[in-house]
Amino acid sequence: MSQEQTTRTLQVNGEVHHVAFPVHHSLLEVLREELGLTGTKHGCELGECGTCTVLIDGKPLLSCLELAAECEDRKIETVEGMMRGNELHPLQACFADLGAAQCGYCTPGILMAAQSLLEENDTPSRDEIVSALAGNLCRCTGYHKILEAVEWAAAQLRGDESYRLPESAFYGDPVPGEKVSDA
Amino acid sequence: MHDAQRPDDEQGPVTSDQLRLIGTPFRRVDGRAKVTGQTRFADDLFFPRMVHMKLVRSTVPHAHIVSIDTSRAKKLPGVLAFLTGDSMPVPFGILPVSQDEHALCQDKVRFVGDPVVAVAALTEDQAHEAALAVEVKYQSLETIASIDEAISIMEPRIHDYGDEGNLHKKISMEFGDTEAGFSEADHIFEDVLYFEGSTHLPMEQHAAVALTEETDRVTVYSSTQTPHYLHRSLAKVLELPAARIRVIACPNGGGFGGKSDPFNHEICVAKMALMLGRPVKICLTREEVFYCHRGRHPVLMKIRTGVKKDGTLTAQHLQTALDGGAYGSYGVASTYYTGALQTVTYKLPKYRFDSIRAFTNKPPCGPKRGHGTPQPRFAFEVHLDKIAHELNIDPADLRLEQLVAPGSVTANWLKIGSMGLGKCINAVVAGSAWRERYRNLPEGRGLGLACGSYLSGAGLPIYWNHMPQSGVQLQLDRSGGVTLFCGETEIGQGSDSVIAAITAEILGIDLHDIRLCVADTDLTPVDLGSYSSRVTLMAGNAAIQAAERARNLVAKGAAEELEVAARELVFAEGRVFHGEDPDKSMSFADAVIAAESRFGTLGTTGSYIPPRSPGRYRGAGVGPSPAYSYSATVVETEVDPATGIYRIEQVWMAHDVGKCINPALVMGQIEGSVYMGLGEAMMEEQIFRRLPKKRSSALVHKHPSMLEYKSPTFADMPPVTTYIIEDPDPNGPFGAKEVGQGPLLPMMPAVANSIFDAVGVRVDQVPIAPHMILQALEAKDRGKEARFGPKSFPEIDFGVPLRVPTPDEGGDGKAINIDEAGVRTGTGTMNERKDGVKEEN
Repeated sequence: MSQEQTTRTLQVNGEVHHVAFPVHHSLLEVLREELGLTGTKHGCELGECGTCTVLIDGKPLLSCLELAAECEDRKIETVEGMMRGNELHPLQACFADLGAAQCGYCTPGILMAAQSLLEENDTPSRDEIVSALAGNLCRCTGYHKILEAVEWAAAQLRGDESYRLPESAFYGDPVPGEKVSDA
Repeated sequence: MHDAQRPDDEQGPVTSDQLRLIGTPFRRVDGRAKVTGQTRFADDLFFPRMVHMKLVRSTVPHAHIVSIDTSRAKKLPGVLAFLTGDSMPVPFGILPVSQDEHALCQDKVRFVGDPVVAVAALTEDQAHEAALAVEVKYQSLETIASIDEAISIMEPRIHDYGDEGNLHKKISMEFGDTEAGFSEADHIFEDVLYFEGSTHLPMEQHAAVALTEETDRVTVYSSTQTPHYLHRSLAKVLELPAARIRVIACPNGGGFGGKSDPFNHEICVAKMALMLGRPVKICLTREEVFYCHRGRHPVLMKIRTGVKKDGTLTAQHLQTALDGGAYGSYGVASTYYTGALQTVTYKLPKYRFDSIRAFTNKPPCGPKRGHGTPQPRFAFEVHLDKIAHELNIDPADLRLEQLVAPGSVTANWLKIGSMGLGKCINAVVAGSAWRERYRNLPEGRGLGLACGSYLSGAGLPIYWNHMPQSGVQLQLDRSGGVTLFCGETEIGQGSDSVIAAITAEILGIDLHDIRLCVADTDLTPVDLGSYSSRVTLMAGNAAIQAAERARNLVAKGAAEELEVAARELVFAEGRVFHGEDPDKSMSFADAVIAAESRFGTLGTTGSYIPPRSPGRYRGAGVGPSPAYSYSATVVETEVDPATGIYRIEQVWMAHDVGKCINPALVMGQIEGSVYMGLGEAMMEEQIFRRLPKKRSSALVHKHPSMLEYKSPTFADMPPVTTYIIEDPDPNGPFGAKEVGQGPLLPMMPAVANSIFDAVGVRVDQVPIAPHMILQALEAKDRGKEARFGPKSFPEIDFGVPLRVPTPDEGGDGKAINIDEAGVRTGTGTMNERKDGVKEEN
């Protein structure tokens, strides 16, 4: 394997980095190993699981399949760039509050894919969210909490104050036959 | 202790009606770190001068190692060092009875993927190149690929221990007079079913980093669910005192049981660091994770049950055969688990269980979510569906009529605590409109019902000892902050949040005033690990004890200053105050200062040991638990009879969790279990193929990639209606029982049962592929049995079973024929076993 190094200027989360790395390395490797941005995870390094999704020029792409050397002059966004100052992005807050992140390993990739969706479509239907995220695997959640979190965050982002998550999203569905309090 | 007997300066326990935080859907304590990318998984760790390690793995399934040549690899750039098996001759393994693994193979390889050489280089690329350049010559042995081959091929043996030939384990146990039970029956039903193996597929690939501080002191960071057991294995194989080894379990990027064994790569990375004196990292590739495995055992099952006309079960005889793969792993426990929990749902007065576990030249099987119990649960629940159909009894009623009583002891001596299965069944029956819709839906659409139960932690530790299974230590700082030390490991299930919430609840402080230090063998008291759904119950109870002791100390300090009796103080909202005179009040931080002024530096401990189980026979160690969870599900399925393609339309799942610590996290575990169960029902399979002889006849994984190993995606997941049932168990913290594994169990049989209701055919194996439904439909059209599934169970001589009279028969929990029983049920170490066998010969 070639040990040839290259130097590139990468723009990550709005910051410019001059980075030297082996020419064959993926964007995933360069982000994690050269820039210390380990928030982007990997599950297969073969483009199969969606875990390493980042945004390149606003589009969700698999960083394990992108050569870093080809990313010069492209706008790269990772989960580390999501927060607004010291506040969580609504997608992050909704994921945290609903338990849409369990082990949290697939979470950065899914957040990136969801962010891209919501930037294009502020009122996505359930089916639109499913198809936007269908390339990202999660083994913990069974996906429902993630879908609910994206819908909840979408409402917050478009300023829909009337949107209410059903109580069942936090407490489970009302058990049939059990008394429901009048209050 | 009754309140009236409590001394004036003792605080009483927090009771259910006083709870403020517990039972609410608070944000998990690690939630922010997980959504910002700040959580540091093992592969996220980088240290100065860190180098990389790769393993050279066997390319043949069963062979002697003839030679290892590293001369070409040595000359490659960046290569630093090699390790071979002779540097670590001491065997290890998770169970004391099967210490059959080596960090690197000694003289023999047992499956494609067995590690032979470790190589370290400056970069990961260089280590990879070097690994490819190592030449290993093998002399092949006959490959043992299946349970049948393991039974018929006595030589060569994959291991030189085990009950006979290539059978690792052989068990036969009879609880009560089963023949008498069968003779009371009006009908005897018999089925043969098969459950294919599957793997955990955690999103995070296993990774470990080791670094040295002194010449004989090493720290290992790893994605492990069981840092304590890894610690023991490292000490054993590295031949170092355990006190010189520190294991830190990083948060796991998913476990599901797949990171519960101590692994060869974890030991090699530590050895390499000790040799090089610099940090060493290994991260397995996804393909290596498939070969690491330790997942669900493939199990063939024969189930035979005596039933009265009204559906009453009189006796059951279950036989299971497990394909164990190449090593012991948790296999002996898995084998017992394929029988142990058959008795905890419905009254089963007499019960016989026979089992074998075969060694085969495949990656070792071990514990996956539900550990050994989903396979027989699948058999039992499909079998019951057939019984209900034959007797024309509603499957829900058949089950509801013979629920195990709470507080009872089963035929195999398991003590039941709270038992909410009836409530679970009623909830899903009502929710799905089962009474109106079952058997009444249009052709092609069907409903299936099934139930399950699981442990809230195993009653016994993996190695015999009298110490606590979980410990918690609290340090109270004069700032009002509390640091909680516990060996428990966060694998995504929310265990950090559980112990933090329990402590915050009892001390009446904010969750954010608790700092956690977990899963570090240098700093935290032992917790045995995140397996068998044990952490909420065991670490939770330890946290209660530590927090109540801390509250007592703080209350005594505050009481003196406020001039009231300590027992009358209330801890809430970060304050300590008199229950009836809230003006007598101080902040928690001031109360800590008062207590520290009086007692000196403040710290408390808590620990938990499960109650002793009534079973006293050999094998009674597998099955007991402080509390059993219960689940019931109804699945609605649409089947296309032309293609056999089917789709799950809706799932109703009810789970008895005892008491929610956090309902949002409970829901997450239920939905995650439903998801993983559907994967096993519909598509997931860890299967192998044999290469042609000219290509070494290797037994290789059929699809070691995430694309081809099918698992459900966002698009595959049906709507799930989740009912949380709370039937508190006296042994659980605030009544809490497990939720991480139990709801998976009913999914596979419910899907099979729904297909029967939809199109009238039985598929007696999972995963259920469309062609199986189609073949069964074609058989039905030809007037043959409308079924797809295994035909027979192999003939195996199980000898005389170990006979244990049941509680109803007046038994005392002991076996009555230890001398006569024809099967060795050894629980000693492997060496003890060898000595025992020698003496017998």
